[in-house]
Amino acid sequence: MSQSKDLGPLIAAEAGDSRNRAITSAINGVTARRWLGYGAVYVVLTAIAIVFMIPLLWMFATSLKSRSEIFAWPPSWIPEQPLWSNYAMAFEKYPLARFMMNTSVLVIFNIIGELLAVPLIAYGFARLNFPFKRVLFILMLSTMMIPGQIKLIPLYSIYSRLGLVNTYVPLVLPAFFGNPFFIFLMVQYIRTIPRDLDEAARIDGAGTWTILYRIILPLCKPVLAVMIVFTFLWVWNDFLQPLIYLNDFYSYPISVGLAFFRGRYSVEWNLFMAATLVSILPVLVLYFFAQRHLIGGIASLGLKG
Amino acid sequence: MATATWRTAKPQARREAIEGYISLLPWMIGFVGFTAIPLAASVYLGFTQWNIIEPPQWIGLDNYVRMFTRDPLFWQALKVTLGFVALSLPLKLVFGLGLALLLNLKIPGMNFFRTVFYIPAVISGVAVSLMWMWLLQPDTGVVNTMLYFLGIQGPNWFWDPNWALPSVAMMSVWKVGGSAVIYLAGLQNIPAHLYEAAQIDGAGRWARFWRITLPLLTPTLFFQLIIEMIDSFKVFTEAFVITQGGPLKATYFYLLYFYEEAFQNFNMGYASALALVLTIIILLATVFVNYTSKRWVFYESE
Repeated sequence: MSQSKDLGPLIAAEAGDSRNRAITSAINGVTARRWLGYGAVYVVLTAIAIVFMIPLLWMFATSLKSRSEIFAWPPSWIPEQPLWSNYAMAFEKYPLARFMMNTSVLVIFNIIGELLAVPLIAYGFARLNFPFKRVLFILMLSTMMIPGQIKLIPLYSIYSRLGLVNTYVPLVLPAFFGNPFFIFLMVQYIRTIPRDLDEAARIDGAGTWTILYRIILPLCKPVLAVMIVFTFLWVWNDFLQPLIYLNDFYSYPISVGLAFFRGRYSVEWNLFMAATLVSILPVLVLYFFAQRHLIGGIASLGLKG
Repeated sequence: MATATWRTAKPQARREAIEGYISLLPWMIGFVGFTAIPLAASVYLGFTQWNIIEPPQWIGLDNYVRMFTRDPLFWQALKVTLGFVALSLPLKLVFGLGLALLLNLKIPGMNFFRTVFYIPAVISGVAVSLMWMWLLQPDTGVVNTMLYFLGIQGPNWFWDPNWALPSVAMMSVWKVGGSAVIYLAGLQNIPAHLYEAAQIDGAGRWARFWRITLPLLTPTLFFQLIIEMIDSFKVFTEAFVITQGGPLKATYFYLLYFYEEAFQNFNMGYASALALVLTIIILLATVFVNYTSKRWVFYESE
């Protein structure tokens, strides 16, 4: 986490650094050569950026084309007449709103679960002393290495025996027991908070839980933000688990819902690309607003998107 | 703490210990319920035949004997998955590192490029799969159209047994911005004074890269190698959504086989054995990389 705190000043320093260097190099009279070098780098970076964006741009272009135009040869980048109505039709054709609502419910409950469990657990690991703490911490870290798939069959049979298959319980319940990645992240973060704060509060008569919820937690906002962003991303993009646990079409989250339509309307790629684009829109919006937290989380822990 | 026995401990310490266990309670319940029991049950189920309706029947090592001696699908799934790991890991390493080196240049506007390169990494596997299915259409897909104008006859991508697996690998390279950001963080942790000292000593660009950047980046490379290797073993969505294992089982990934056995054929016993074998393979691969790391991972304190 300290990484994400560091990123801001680091980037600022970077900008200042390059400005200073530009000035010095101007004095030395090598500005032209330097800017030529910059230019080459920008050309390369722009070329790569275009290649990276082609798939998304093509998807967008397709989503605005008519049915005949999508199979026209040669295909064009810009639709003759952009059909924004494709989006309305996509919402009509596929229960997109319903699927996205379902995913949102899963996202919200997962976030609530993590927010309730992770701070409590992390605080215990970071601040309280008790026998076997080190062993338990190593045990927790080692569970991160186990591929989730090996637990799938026993868990499925337990849920099925409890009559919980085809409900959201299997997709939400684990969050209430804390994700080890987040616990680790938060333990690391709490360790950077000076202990003097705890001690001062304790002298003022505050108990352990008061210290956690009144003193530590308010200072943990950056790490809580990372947790919320990643929970959103992971739950929004999760596919295998809802595929296994849900059978009822109208309870599908957006990932399973979209995959269900694959091949069924394979000629209507324009509507289908519109639907796919709509499905990733919330993630893109979140990404642009929460980029700092996201990239900070990745940099410090290697969390993947 | 652990040395003091419960009886002799001060009431203060005893109270703190109780509070400690209370705070850990959710994790401990979760560990037992969602990890320990399922893991043990999975190992047990691997020795049984079980269709989930009737009670599991103990059949000893039969699942494993069948898997290794007379199950061509198992070998095919293993071949595809290992092939994918071998194909995608080096590509992602080279492109990810290259991108990070570019992003690490101290020139204005890098935040913009970092934002753009990272976008693919946040999009869901299903959406990405559907998108690439459309991009790589043999006749009307945009990739083959562009190749056509360059005078190249594009392949049938996902629909050609020889090209299907490389196509999936290509998709994974599109998401390489995710690892580039991690390499970038590693690069930015390399102390600037090392470069300055090297420059004074007259070291050129290449010397600085090979002698400073690369050695000091090896801990990040090592970490990322393990994470990405584990991920590559667990490809599922792309195969399920795009190719469903075809054509001619060319993309029959291990987890797809596991999924079909467990949740379509309900051979839960055999599927448990499959899952255990995959876990052991991942574990061995991790141990192996970890073992070799002594030779190539450089820690500054050494």
